[in-house]
This record gives sequence, C-alpha cells and structure tokens, in this order.
Amino acid sequence: MANAIEARGLVKRFGRKVALDNLDLVAEAGQVVALLGPNGAGKTTFVRAVATLLRLDAGELRVEGHDARRDPAGVRRAIALAGQFAAVEPAMTGQENLEMVARLFGRGRRDAACAASSVLEQLGLSEVAGKLARTYSGGMRRKLDLGASLVGSPQLLLLDEPTTGLDPRSRTELWDAIRALVRGGTDILLTTQYMDEADQLASQVVILDEGRLIAAGTPANLKSQAGERVIEVHARFQEDLPLVAAALERLDHGAVRIDEPARRVSVPVGAGGQWLSAALQAAEASGAHVDDISLRQPSLDEVFLALTGGK
Amino acid sequence: MTAAIATVPASRRAPGSPRVSFLVSTLQVARRALLRYFRTPQLVVVGSVQGALFLLIFRYVFGGAVSVHGTSYVNFLVPGFAMTGVLFTGQGAATGVAEDLSEGFVDRLRSLPAPRACFLSGRAVADTIWNSYGLFLAVAVGFAVGFRPKGSVPADIAALGLCVLYGFAFEWLFIALGLVAGNAQAAQGMALLIFPLTFVSSAYVPVASMPGWLQAFAMHQPVTYMVDAVRALALGAGEASYTGHSASYFVGWSVVWALGTVAVLGPISAARYNRA
Repeated sequence: MANAIEARGLVKRFGRKVALDNLDLVAEAGQVVALLGPNGAGKTTFVRAVATLLRLDAGELRVEGHDARRDPAGVRRAIALAGQFAAVEPAMTGQENLEMVARLFGRGRRDAACAASSVLEQLGLSEVAGKLARTYSGGMRRKLDLGASLVGSPQLLLLDEPTTGLDPRSRTELWDAIRALVRGGTDILLTTQYMDEADQLASQVVILDEGRLIAAGTPANLKSQAGERVIEVHARFQEDLPLVAAALERLDHGAVRIDEPARRVSVPVGAGGQWLSAALQAAEASGAHVDDISLRQPSLDEVFLALTGGK
Repeated sequence: MTAAIATVPASRRAPGSPRVSFLVSTLQVARRALLRYFRTPQLVVVGSVQGALFLLIFRYVFGGAVSVHGTSYVNFLVPGFAMTGVLFTGQGAATGVAEDLSEGFVDRLRSLPAPRACFLSGRAVADTIWNSYGLFLAVAVGFAVGFRPKGSVPADIAALGLCVLYGFAFEWLFIALGLVAGNAQAAQGMALLIFPLTFVSSAYVPVASMPGWLQAFAMHQPVTYMVDAVRALALGAGEASYTGHSASYFVGWSVVWALGTVAVLGPISAARYNRA
C-alpha cells in the first residue's frame, strides 16, 4: 500500500531561518502519525507543505501518491486541513459552514447538505446545527472545524495542534472524535506539543527539532529508545525535596529532576530492580518522609528531553 | 528511519472527485462574505447610521457655508456623497480580507480542490453587492433631505451604474491593502488613505474654493473625475454647467481610471494572494 506521506530531503527557508532542514519523513497509511516538537521545530511548516500551502526550496514530497509540486490539485482532493485557528465562519450556522466547505470540495447541493448533517451528527453537534457558530463554545467551534475538514471525506486529515487551548473535557471529546475517524480508515497526521496527546492517539510518533527528524517510532518504541527507566519519589513535605534529591544524586546514574509543585523527584536509571531498593534505602536514610516510590517507563516528555539534549 | 508498523487497510475514497467549478466556488465565497456583513448588526446599523449622519451634517451644518454655482448645495452634495460612499462602504473589504488571512479561512480555502482565484472573485462580488446596498441607502437619504435629480432617467440609472463600477474598481485597492496588511488593525490603518481621496476632491465642496496647491491634486485625482461624472449625469447639462466640461468628458476619464485601477491592482492582488 502507498504511504500517506513520503518526504525526502525537504528544505524550507524563511529568510535566514531554516524551518525544514533536509527532512526525511514517511507516514504509513492507515494510522495516526503524531509530529511532536517544541515551537519552531518545523511542525506547522511541514503540515503547510503537505497541504500545498507553501513552496518548498528543495526536496520531494508525495502525499497519498500525488507529487505535491507537479500535482497539487491531486493532493488537495485527497487531504483536508484543520488548523490551529478554528477557521469556521462565526456568522454562519454549523450546517451552513459545513455545506459551504462541502460545495467547495466539489459536492452538489443536496449531497453537501447530507454530508454536513451526517458529520454534525457524528460529532454530536446536531442540536446546534441551526445556530450561528459565533454562539458556540471554544470546544464546539474546534469540533465544527474538524467537521469542516471531514465533509470532503479526505484520505488524509491534517490536524495542526487540534486541541491547543481547549479545556480538558473538550480535549477528551475531540480525542474520541479523532479515534472514531481512525476506525473509519482515515489517515491522520497531527501535530502537538502535548506528549500525552501523542501517547493517546498516535501509533507512530515523529519527533522534530530545528527542522530535522530526530526520532521516530511507536510511543513504546521511543520510550525504550531512551533506554532507561525512571525512579520517581513522592515526598510528603516540600522542605524534604532537597534531601531526596541529594540522596538520589548519590545513586550516580543520571540527572535528578525536581518537580516542586508535585513534590516529586525523579532520576533515570538502568533496567533492573536493584535500583529501586537502592533508591528507597537512600531516600529513607536521608530522613525525608517518602509517601511513594515507583519505577516506571519514561514519559514521552522525558524521552523528548533526552533526545533533544535537555533543551 | 521510520519504524515499521503493522498497517491497517484504510477504506479509500473513489479516486478523482469532481472538479469544482469557478462559478460555484465564487458564489460560495461571496455568500459567506455577505452573510458576515449582513449578520453583523454593528456593521449594518453603525455603517448605515454613520452614512446618514454624515449626509445630514454636510447638508445642514456645513452646507450653509458652501456656495456652489448653478445648483442648490443639496443637489451638488448628494451625487458626490453617493460616489464617495462606495469608498467608505468598500473599505470594509480591506479588513475583511485581512481577517480571512489571519483567521485561517484563506488557508482552508487554498487547501481545498476549488480554483484558487475563487477567493478574490468571491470577495469582489460580495463587496460590490455590499457597496450597492450602501449606495441605495445614500440615495434614499439624499432624496429625504431634498435631493432632486435633473437628468433623464437613463442618465440617472447610468450615474448609479457608474457608482457601482467605481466601487468595483476600488474593491481591488482594498483587497490589495488587506492582502498586504495581513491583520485587521493594519488594514484599517492603511484604509485611511481614502480620506485624502474623498475629502480633497470635488465631492463635498467646489475644488475652486481650495488653495491653489491643493487644487492641483484635487483636480487630477480619480475621485474628482468620478464625482463630476456622476454629478453631470444626475443633474443634467443645465445644472452641471459650472464644471466647464461635458458629461462624456468626465464619464470617459472616470471609466479609464476605474478600468486602469482594476487592470493594475487585480493582477497585483492575484500575485500577492498566490504568494501568501
């Protein structure tokens, strides 16, 4: 089967700034691929290149089998984009918004109305279909925006930070909607700054930094690539944190991180149980009150820090 | 360097969805822009009230101090007011285009298989209709405060048609400004350039009453030709004789200006849009 996205040697410069630096990336069809990276890593630039919204300086890009440079119209028929800003028209109803996009996608009037209704139903927006989008909450607008990208039944859906700025409940609801799409067979490329979002949704994670791919794989795969486990100690009192940190420092294995608000101290260690008992002994001997101690896989957050050199 | 992952077969859409016609996509974009105007009460109410207030102030406050030859001030004023109205109404396009860029509508549109030019054509259609609505209000208020055209009915209709044409021409200026500005505040600031164009013209006072150096600009800028064309058609030869030229002279030059504006700014807007 063809890959959803095949990018080879992509270069994009904005003046002196290099947004994409010889980027190679393959996203296989039939799955959710998450692009992770800090601001300025090149995530949005990559998505805009896939959406044929910018001209690349160099490289080859194929999207659902269409060459982005030679056949941008073919790419546009295969993709749909939902951006960081909910690009819905506030002065139109939910139904009108989706009908407009469906017509612009090439559907006839009746077909567009049907597609709009069924997408609204699918997203749980049927009740507000006849209301102006300006009366919607932030979460509902974002869902409508997602809906607008669905009425054309795209093969590949591009979601650029789909849940940025949403409250936790709306995030979860949007995640559910995205999962339902995957089951329906849509390929999805999503960018996010949230590690848990990639962990929740993606079967393949690509980490970008400064326009380059620095790691790719399944979430589990990436966590093991960092090669380590993490010991995490939960202290009862704030003032005990330095004591615990000093004790874990003596394990002499990796950089100790203190999370003050959560009263947690963590340290990366090698595989194997002996580290846990050593850490517990050291922490208790320091005289701190230890509420909890655990040995766990590193979070994607920690993987990211390890891979990008802790910036 | 991608890890191999078991792929799930995706249900594929039938290849080759139909091409989207230029007409359909233009109308969709135009409809959206019009709904945005007419469903925003601030725009409809404030815009209309403001226009009417301006007319009343010129007619009753400044009007007494302005002397015009050969006709009453209200007959002098209303054609100028109706013509310059298309600039005041039309400047909304600059803000509208800038918002479409910053709010992501243009990105969405450009990622769809619709013809790319439909954004510009749709905007131009919508803003011309919105302008015509403003023109209708201006003329209605004009009649209410005593304006009576003296030209023939075909000439009056031609005068209105010219206003619509000028409005269409200036749309391209505002679209270009909106594309260059990129955000609504900057677009609004750039649109201030309509003040010298409208006020330093023959629209509200005779150019002869201005100091000489200002006359040089006022006499030769496009708005004056446009106002004088509308005025000559609406008032007929008798009342417009102060201008010293025939109606066809002003109509001719104003149409040249209008078409020239479209010919220059249309391609500039298109190039800018394709780059954006």
